[in-house]
Amino acid sequence: MITLAVNGQTLSTELPPETPLLWVLRDGLGLTGTKYGCGVAACGACTVLVEGEAVRSCQLPVGEVNGAVTTIEGLAGAEGLHPLQKAWVAEQVAQCGYCQSGQIMQAAGLLMANPQPSDAEILEAMDGNLCRCGAYPRILAAIKAASAAMAG
Amino acid sequence: MGRAGKIARRSFLIGSAALVGGVAFGWYQYRKELPNPLQGQGLGALTPYVLIDASGVTVIAPRAEMGQGTHTTLAALVAEELDLDWSAVRVLHGPPAQAYYNGSLLREGVPFAPLDQGWLAETARDAMDVPARFLGLQVTGGSTSIPDGFEKMRLAGAVARLALIRAAARRSGLVEADLRTEGGRVLLPDGASLSYAELAVEAAAVELPDPPELRPSNAWKLLGKSLPRTDMAAKSDGSARYACDVRLPGMVFATVRRNPAPGAALLRFDAKEALAFPGGRDVLPLENGFAAVAESSWAAMQALDLVQVEWAAPDVAVDEALIAADLRAALDGAPEATAREQGEISAPEFEAEYSVPHQAHATMEPMGAAAWLQDGRLQLWAGTQFPTMALAEAAKAAGVAPDAVEFHTEFMGGGFGRRAEMDFIRQAASLAKALSPVPVLLSWSREEDMAQDMYRPAAMARVRASVADGAVSQFHLATAAGSIIESLAGRFGFPALGPDSSILQGAGEQPYDFPNYLVTGHRAETRVPLGFWRSVGNSQNAFFHDCALDELAHLAGVDPLLFRMRQMTHLPSIQVLEAAAEISNWGATAPGRAKGVGFCYSFGVPVAEVVEVEDTPQGIRLTGAWIAADPGIALDPSIIEAQLSGGMVFGLSAAMQGAITFAQGRVEQSNFWDYEPMRMRQCPPITVKILQSGGEIRGIGEPGTPPAAPALANAIFALTGKRIRHLPLNREVRFA
Ligand code: FES
Ligand code: FES
Repeated sequence: MITLAVNGQTLSTELPPETPLLWVLRDGLGLTGTKYGCGVAACGACTVLVEGEAVRSCQLPVGEVNGAVTTIEGLAGAEGLHPLQKAWVAEQVAQCGYCQSGQIMQAAGLLMANPQPSDAEILEAMDGNLCRCGAYPRILAAIKAASAAMAG
Repeated sequence: MGRAGKIARRSFLIGSAALVGGVAFGWYQYRKELPNPLQGQGLGALTPYVLIDASGVTVIAPRAEMGQGTHTTLAALVAEELDLDWSAVRVLHGPPAQAYYNGSLLREGVPFAPLDQGWLAETARDAMDVPARFLGLQVTGGSTSIPDGFEKMRLAGAVARLALIRAAARRSGLVEADLRTEGGRVLLPDGASLSYAELAVEAAAVELPDPPELRPSNAWKLLGKSLPRTDMAAKSDGSARYACDVRLPGMVFATVRRNPAPGAALLRFDAKEALAFPGGRDVLPLENGFAAVAESSWAAMQALDLVQVEWAAPDVAVDEALIAADLRAALDGAPEATAREQGEISAPEFEAEYSVPHQAHATMEPMGAAAWLQDGRLQLWAGTQFPTMALAEAAKAAGVAPDAVEFHTEFMGGGFGRRAEMDFIRQAASLAKALSPVPVLLSWSREEDMAQDMYRPAAMARVRASVADGAVSQFHLATAAGSIIESLAGRFGFPALGPDSSILQGAGEQPYDFPNYLVTGHRAETRVPLGFWRSVGNSQNAFFHDCALDELAHLAGVDPLLFRMRQMTHLPSIQVLEAAAEISNWGATAPGRAKGVGFCYSFGVPVAEVVEVEDTPQGIRLTGAWIAADPGIALDPSIIEAQLSGGMVFGLSAAMQGAITFAQGRVEQSNFWDYEPMRMRQCPPITVKILQSGGEIRGIGEPGTPPAAPALANAIFALTGKRIRHLPLNREVRFA
């Protein structure tokens, strides 16, 4: 049995340690907000934070997780939605929405490391996250809006 | 009198029906043969769009949400007439029911272009409306949801409002004229108010008149404005549920593999090693393949790889040379249909051949469904564009009667036409049968999704044309592709009669008036599974038709945008080109950059797109994109903008770098690293201008796609002088 710190809770799974974190979250723990898109680190749909850093959970065996995991379900704090989530709603970013948990978590990792990124830095950080619906212009706008809101 | 008026007289018998604790509003069918969608709830033959009960007002959306925002706009149509508070509106996807048939879709399937509003075309379209009903086509596709729901949803809202006012008048003893509605309540003159919920039961007993007058557009409060989408919060906090997110007690996880040569059989397999994989549970045969079942989707995917398998070889080992030879042979042969024939073609000075490869849908959520067969009843959860068909197919696969199936339509992680198919539905139902009473979640791997698609056909065209006095003097476009309808008919088991109009779609109905103009469609051998892909035939024919016009403009020495505009006969089309020129600042381009224009009239919507490119040391970069479109009436500008720009990105992805290729009967691509949609860094800023000529309302999910490829190819010509006539463009140029 493996225990994990996820979204501020201690959870455990019977799934074997080689199982990627993605599938432990989705199939073992019922946290289905994190999505599968490719399984080969090519789409970013599975992005979560480990100790504040954005990682592809499809590539990380659960036995090798060192640190606290935050998923889209745990991004909102006591004060309500995360500024990125608020910006996502305000900018009406999502179309089918399937890629958006990964987009938001990738952006959360970026803003944690670099609260005031330039456009070029945003594009570089987000380049591994595909959106088949083509919502890119609004994703960019929402990250900029969230960054501005966080700067207060 | 427009067509909408005719439909209203003929088939809208507005009504209401009581159900436990509330009331449903909608309209009765023209003839009452269709089974009632909410049977057992006392609804008679009513097609309900509005349910009011103690918990408030729920709008039933008859179309599926695959990202196009249709739930929001369908709900807004009801809310506008019913005076609902937008933030309190709830939307449910309706159950699969023939009563929710989509008459618009079949109407556009008749061989008359939507541009053609003449008597013959109108009569044919109206005639198609009745069979659509009896076929029970509850389909989301063809950009038809909004045209189809524009009247129905507003009428349902209007009649509900009227019934509630009557109920309030009875209860209060006041006259109807003194009552108003606002924010989901009936307001009395003394400042008191009654909520719709408390009036619902009485409203069900109210006698209803003929269809009430609908509000004129200048009185609209919600329609015409950008509304917060009803699904946006759930899609920003991870709570939106897709089929792959359904979890049930004791659920097992499955994944499948079919013969990588589509259609070829499974000979034998050995599951010993697979079953020994930790967490492995079962390996089950399926049509042309097998499924692995395990305690997690990952374990199932690992176990699947351990199955020793022998596949049958395909009858024909399809490859790119064969596909090209098929297309050439079709072009060399006689056309199967002619879309345009005017004057004659002789001794053309310009001749060119164009081609495009197969394309995959590659929806972000791979195919999948959840299913549970218990005590002879099947429950199935899936994202589908075609729920009535899905229900019937699921029943067949699980071996139960259709009325023993409960179907749940979930959000779709992208559709683009792929989720109109039935393969994953059948697989999930078969697995539920084999595993009964254990519930199962079927999730395809990305590799399976890429290899087992129903592809946008490869296509090829020849253009022969001449210019004189700065205009086209003759133009012959011969376009060839395999037949989607033939492929579909084989899968769905219906006869494919007559020519396949998708081969010519977008080629014959462009709003030009060349003195000598011939457009012919040629059916090529259909050897691989073909399907509807966002904008269907328009996606290739816009590239052929519009790129050829760009070449002719160059030959004639006329600005390409003006060249198109001057030869158009359709005012809204001219106006979108004018608008695109204006917002893109067409005449003025920075040094080192160049612009190209693309135009296509599809699904009744003229769309002009401009792309600007720049040569950089890393390759060609897209520095700007502009779209002007006219859907007749714009109900929600924010959703329309998202659909147009998303549609353009979809078209640009394919044009730049999208190609599905075959070798030895198999698809060569397997994941996003070799079939890669456009990434964020490649995406230019996109400016959208929406025009409203006030014509018939049109859907907008697809028309943004077709002009993208010609706009980009024409921009690359303007930048480099290089004409690229074969997609994808990255075989000829490098993109940054
Ligand atoms: S699923 Fe992990 S990157 Fe695509
Ligand atoms: S919103 Fe559909 S894939 Fe991004």
